[in-house]
Amino acid sequence: MTSRILFAGFGGQGILFSGKQCAKTGMQLGKCVTWLPSYGPEQRGGTCNCSVIISDEDIGSPLVNTPDILIAFNAPSFDKFEPKVVAGGAVFSDSTLISKKSERSDISAYTIPATELANEMNAPKLANVIMLGYVIAKTNIFDFDYFAEKLTASVPESKAELRELNKKALLLGYNYAE
Amino acid sequence: MAKVLMKGNEAIAEAAIKAGCLHYFGYPITPQTEIAEYMAKRMPKVGGLCLQAESEVSAINMIYGAAASGTRCMTSSSSPGISLKSEGISYIVGCDLPCVILNVQRGGPGLGGIQPSQADYYQATKALGHGDMHLFVLAPASVQEMAELTCEAFDIADMYRVPVLILADGALGQMMEPVDFDTIKKRDIPEKDWAACGHGGKRKKNILTSLFLNPEELENSVLARYEKYKKIDENEVRCEQFMTEDADIVVVAYGITSRICKSAVTAARAKGIKVGMLRPITLSPFPAKELKALSETASKFLTVELNMGQMITDVKLAIECSRPVEFLGRTGGSMMTVEDVLAKIEEMGGNK
Amino acid sequence: MSVVFKKPNAMSDVPMHYCPGCTHGIVHRLVAEVLDELGIEGQAVGVAPVGCAVFAYNYFECDMIEAAHGRAPAVATGVKRTHPDNVVFTYQGDGDLAAIGTAETVHVGARGENITIIFINNANYGMTGGQMAPTTMLGQVTTTSPYGRDKNIQGHPIHVCELMATLDGVAYAERVAVNDVKGVRATKKAIKKAFQAQIDKKGLSIVEILSTCPTNWGLSPVEALKFVEEKMKPVYPLGVYKDTTGY
Repeated sequence: MTSRILFAGFGGQGILFSGKQCAKTGMQLGKCVTWLPSYGPEQRGGTCNCSVIISDEDIGSPLVNTPDILIAFNAPSFDKFEPKVVAGGAVFSDSTLISKKSERSDISAYTIPATELANEMNAPKLANVIMLGYVIAKTNIFDFDYFAEKLTASVPESKAELRELNKKALLLGYNYAE
Repeated sequence: MAKVLMKGNEAIAEAAIKAGCLHYFGYPITPQTEIAEYMAKRMPKVGGLCLQAESEVSAINMIYGAAASGTRCMTSSSSPGISLKSEGISYIVGCDLPCVILNVQRGGPGLGGIQPSQADYYQATKALGHGDMHLFVLAPASVQEMAELTCEAFDIADMYRVPVLILADGALGQMMEPVDFDTIKKRDIPEKDWAACGHGGKRKKNILTSLFLNPEELENSVLARYEKYKKIDENEVRCEQFMTEDADIVVVAYGITSRICKSAVTAARAKGIKVGMLRPITLSPFPAKELKALSETASKFLTVELNMGQMITDVKLAIECSRPVEFLGRTGGSMMTVEDVLAKIEEMGGNK
Repeated sequence: MSVVFKKPNAMSDVPMHYCPGCTHGIVHRLVAEVLDELGIEGQAVGVAPVGCAVFAYNYFECDMIEAAHGRAPAVATGVKRTHPDNVVFTYQGDGDLAAIGTAETVHVGARGENITIIFINNANYGMTGGQMAPTTMLGQVTTTSPYGRDKNIQGHPIHVCELMATLDGVAYAERVAVNDVKGVRATKKAIKKAFQAQIDKKGLSIVEILSTCPTNWGLSPVEALKFVEEKMKPVYPLGVYKDTTGY
């Protein structure tokens, strides 16, 4: 099986981190993975996306032009990439930041007010983690507990207090799906 | 050691350190700056040195000095910076010094862009420096290969006393894949009794120079170097063949484009088209014999590059123009998609 | 019979290619004498320039590297940083050091590289036949300033010791001249001090030596010595421009 995921939004929203966490978890599960960022002179605030492929087989092109799963964190990204999602694929969007909804009938469209939920739990930087919890619930690309374990383990010792917070955010997104 | 998820640029840097390269000289330029940053962080912890030079020109000349004194060393840059290094590279060739140079290519000419490109193929394989010379050029296509070929590069450099160029691109440099450093092999390296590091009163002085005003002497020095190139040609050419056994169309691509082509070949096979791919791993020397052999059975060739058509010349020469060679390319930093390559393969027909 | 004068051990027993009356030979000898006296020939690595001293690697008995034009300080950096126990020196002319290699020169000074620069200032490009150098003086005629150097056209000469003295990493910068016996003795003292500063890891040491170029100046050897005295010294005053060695 091969999952081709595109994460897109603004720099600073944790786009690259989200993609990296998925690639890393895939690797730890013994799968072939690639992570390819769009890179540019912008460090913060510019458009940003990354392609992640998780596969049971060797991966050819690391570019995801037509994703199985699109995870969009801003309207320009949604507008640009939603039409490119393959038939039968899924688009996830942060409804706090993207008012538009997918009108395609050949893909599954899921929305979650990730930014709003993150603000409510007083952790505005964890909207991406809330989104990941939601994506896992809807797609089953990872086992929730396994992903949660790897996510908390990736938080450095020096920021141990963030471990629980990350787990809480992930669970919040996961439970939102029910 | 377990596999680690790393950027291509970081994998090269770590592999260099693992290969015993404890001296790095560089100058920042996108998209390879991670290497200098990684080296700056890691080198002091392993007793090494990362020195940021005042220019690419100085960086390559620091490499010249370090290599001349017998030290494993490397420098890295991206296209415009490599042009600046070309003078020093020629001198390094002229003194038969081993070192590793990395070009994480970006689009050009001029300042160009910072997105992935393969537009420096001609420069790398034909003329990275003035004079009768070649570099040994390696082209990795995955982060694992970025690591493996970096270690190989140091060994080949030392074995033959040649500078080795690793020709990568922005996509390979920036992408992450799992890397296993345990698979990396090492070769036996001859002693560097030619180095200028102080004779200590124990031997005659060593002189490292590329200056030979007597034409006969210069000719002999170049001839000796070309004898060496011949050995490299016999022993070190490498390529990967993918589904070429019965292929009617052979795609030729290296580096990041070979990844795109591999997916396209797989997709075309699923449609019943007899297509395969040859991926040069060494660009100089070029796997000409292997291509020539394929031209006996294949009817068409397709080169896919992130430029306006450079390696295609070598493909045509390799098969002595005995078969049509078509080209698909993007330039300036844009990349072709798997679908683009698939469409081109379908357009070329090919026996099912 | 006792030997009272002989070739220094660090000097090769080969004929030199320098023109009659050129002072490169004197400076070579002084460097070799210092290598002998400090007992460092075996540790020494010399870096030759592009310019008249391009064949310097044939004249010293220590390990030698021939650098590209202007790049000797960067090459020396590469040697020194990977072999801190070597004694590394460059031997450069004015075009090499103060035109094409200005950046390399300034930055070894800024970094305080523990190397020694022997800098020959003869106010023109000798090897290529007497063109204007960065140290060619105002009014001085060369083949590329045939009407005399004009500040409005070719700009002003560079004062290297003064420039290098502004850099924090420079431990020792002195300008000397080899146009008379007194000057030769002072030059040797300066060269020895410069090498000692390197051995003691004090930072960059540079000795600028006002030298003759009778062939390209169109003067006899004797007139050339006078030219250094009368024309060059007023523009390039001798002296210690920086000294933090504490010797």
